[in-house]
Amino acid sequence: MQKVLKKYFLVFTLPTLIAFAIAFVLPFVFGVYLSFCSFRTVSDTKWVGLDNYIKAFTVNKEFFNALIFTVKFAIVSLLSINVFAFLLSMVLTRGLKGTNLFRTVFFMPNLVGGIVLGYIWQCIINGVLSKFGTTLSYSSSYGYWGLIILMNWQMIGYMMVIYVAALQNVSPDLIDASKVDGANAFQRLRYITIPMVMPSITICTFLTLSNSFKLFDQNLALTAGMPAKQTEMLALNIYNTFYGRIGFEGVGQAKAVMFLILVAAIALIQLRFTRSKEVEA
Amino acid sequence: MKKKIVGMMMILAMASLAAGCGNSKKTSSDKGGADNGKGKIYYLSFKPESDETWKKIATEYTKETGVEMKVVTAAEGTYEQTLKSEIAKTDAPTLFQINGPIGYKNWKDYCLDLKDTKLNSWLLNKDMAVTDGDGVYGIPYVEEGYGIIYNDAIMKKYFALPDKAVSINSTEEINNFATLKQVAEDMTAKKDKLGIDGVFASTSLLAGEDWRWQTHLANLPIYYEYKDKNVKDADTLDFKYADNYKNIFDLYLNNSCTDAKMLGGKSVNDSMAEFALGKAAMVQNGNWAWGQISQVQGNTVKEEDVHFLPIYTGVEGEENQGLCIGTENFFCINSKASEKDQKAAIDFVEWLFSSDYGKKAVTNDLGFIPPFNTFSDSEKPVDPLAKEVIKYMSDSSKKNVDWNFTSFPSQTFKDNFGASLLQYAQGQKKWEDVKNDMIKDWAAEKSVVAAN
Repeated sequence: MQKVLKKYFLVFTLPTLIAFAIAFVLPFVFGVYLSFCSFRTVSDTKWVGLDNYIKAFTVNKEFFNALIFTVKFAIVSLLSINVFAFLLSMVLTRGLKGTNLFRTVFFMPNLVGGIVLGYIWQCIINGVLSKFGTTLSYSSSYGYWGLIILMNWQMIGYMMVIYVAALQNVSPDLIDASKVDGANAFQRLRYITIPMVMPSITICTFLTLSNSFKLFDQNLALTAGMPAKQTEMLALNIYNTFYGRIGFEGVGQAKAVMFLILVAAIALIQLRFTRSKEVEA
Repeated sequence: MKKKIVGMMMILAMASLAAGCGNSKKTSSDKGGADNGKGKIYYLSFKPESDETWKKIATEYTKETGVEMKVVTAAEGTYEQTLKSEIAKTDAPTLFQINGPIGYKNWKDYCLDLKDTKLNSWLLNKDMAVTDGDGVYGIPYVEEGYGIIYNDAIMKKYFALPDKAVSINSTEEINNFATLKQVAEDMTAKKDKLGIDGVFASTSLLAGEDWRWQTHLANLPIYYEYKDKNVKDADTLDFKYADNYKNIFDLYLNNSCTDAKMLGGKSVNDSMAEFALGKAAMVQNGNWAWGQISQVQGNTVKEEDVHFLPIYTGVEGEENQGLCIGTENFFCINSKASEKDQKAAIDFVEWLFSSDYGKKAVTNDLGFIPPFNTFSDSEKPVDPLAKEVIKYMSDSSKKNVDWNFTSFPSQTFKDNFGASLLQYAQGQKKWEDVKNDMIKDWAAEKSVVAAN
């Protein structure tokens, strides 16, 4: 059997491998190659070495500012989304009346596209701010908190569903045993529930962190970087560099490569860290 | 055995890939042959508002000549992006447009020399074309003008007021900034009597909606500076007429129907709607805006009441200044297309500006003021703002302002200036800083663009 499988291994996997190569590996390699080139259109390139990487930081400070803004955003939204989602899931696993309805309602925002959400929240926030005679574009902190609220609203429901599933899988035996041992509610949460749902925490922190770093549509629709590019995040900055500035296509590509390395590095570190906290029941 | 399979599979894969590539090339050239050696046209259009019209023209052209023609319109504000991705394709646009000398720098590898075309020989003013050395690479296909559009119904109401603070009796008598300011400020004081929210419609400063200020209005100080220095372009700028810019910009802000702190959320459409609904008496825009004004639901502005006023900024001798007239729409032919397709594209534009059907479509449906001598006086557009522009063009007592903003360093420069203006309007930036940043940015962007 093993031998037969080996024999036909390529017959079955080659089509997928070819598809993978065409749709992923080749564009990826080509993309990295482009980051070392100066080009207008991708079919017409000229090698310039590290020039693009230098330009990304020297022509202006936009990329660096976007990085700072993105990091600030990612930290706050990572914490707030996970804390709120976990609290909600705790409430919604207590068997209260209408639990299913609430779960559905909290999950719904996740089904709406980011661009649409961005414009909806732009209307809401501008509507509120107009009472105070100002708009979202007045200050970058308005845009910052606007984005945090928007992301929380969108992501909490999704994370909540993951946490709910995990909480329901915590064995009642363990809880009962801890009760017999005299653990109070906080101790049960700290020493039984949280370690038991650690795999879900790994997933949820990974999702929120990588989504926050890669945030694009919401950023574009809500603030588009206003005022004066102060609320521009990394992905939007890359897009604006590539498409918004003639002659800077290569620089945009270089930024994208750096962005990829950064997001991959952060995600790997985070996965390692939370994995190490996981326990076997 | 295993190796054999691997090898076979590899060969198969390569073969299928090669066949795939070969096939696609073959079909595209096949297609070229299929349309009777006439070539085909792919026009990438710039103006979303006239997408339908271009498609109609294309259908008519195909019907008349049998040449296949495809029209694609880029979404608002994404022309350069779309062109960038389209031109990389095998079926690239054969006819596209650039916005002037700066646009030419970006696309010169793709612009065909049009010196010997009939279209070039028809140009009324050969200076308008984009040239490089002996060659002509971009041919303007429309003339446009902008200024301050006013609603004469409201203005008449104001001039009929017994307690008005000015001595003049009609808007046409306004011929310098001082008078304009006097009128605007007095109108603001009496806005309840006039039934308006403010004299000027919102100074839209939302990102991407600020071109009326960072490009069009900024053209005036640059025009006067270029004129003083007798140049058409400059690597560095003194922004000598910055205070004149501030004059008019402040006037717009202080007599606006919207509070200055709310302007960061306003779009051009918002301002045009305010004007159309009679909430404001004046709005700065160009002749293309008539379509927008007349299409606003509940529009109260009558066709005979819209007129242009030049943008006065307090420069000496501005009494005979006219509108800002020029273009940033230049036709280019893709130099990397096949010769057959290039010829097809040239034939099309020549047909468009010389045949009866084409000329009618240009003036009536597209509303263009064509810069070619193939049009007689009776073949000029009829919309009220275009008529005003033509009036200013033929009025020899007025000196119209050129569109020098085609020499602005880059979109980034404009965007930065717009962001600066927003911060100034919101009271977060001093005028001195706006001015200095603009000068600094101009020099920086000019050198960045030159280095590319």
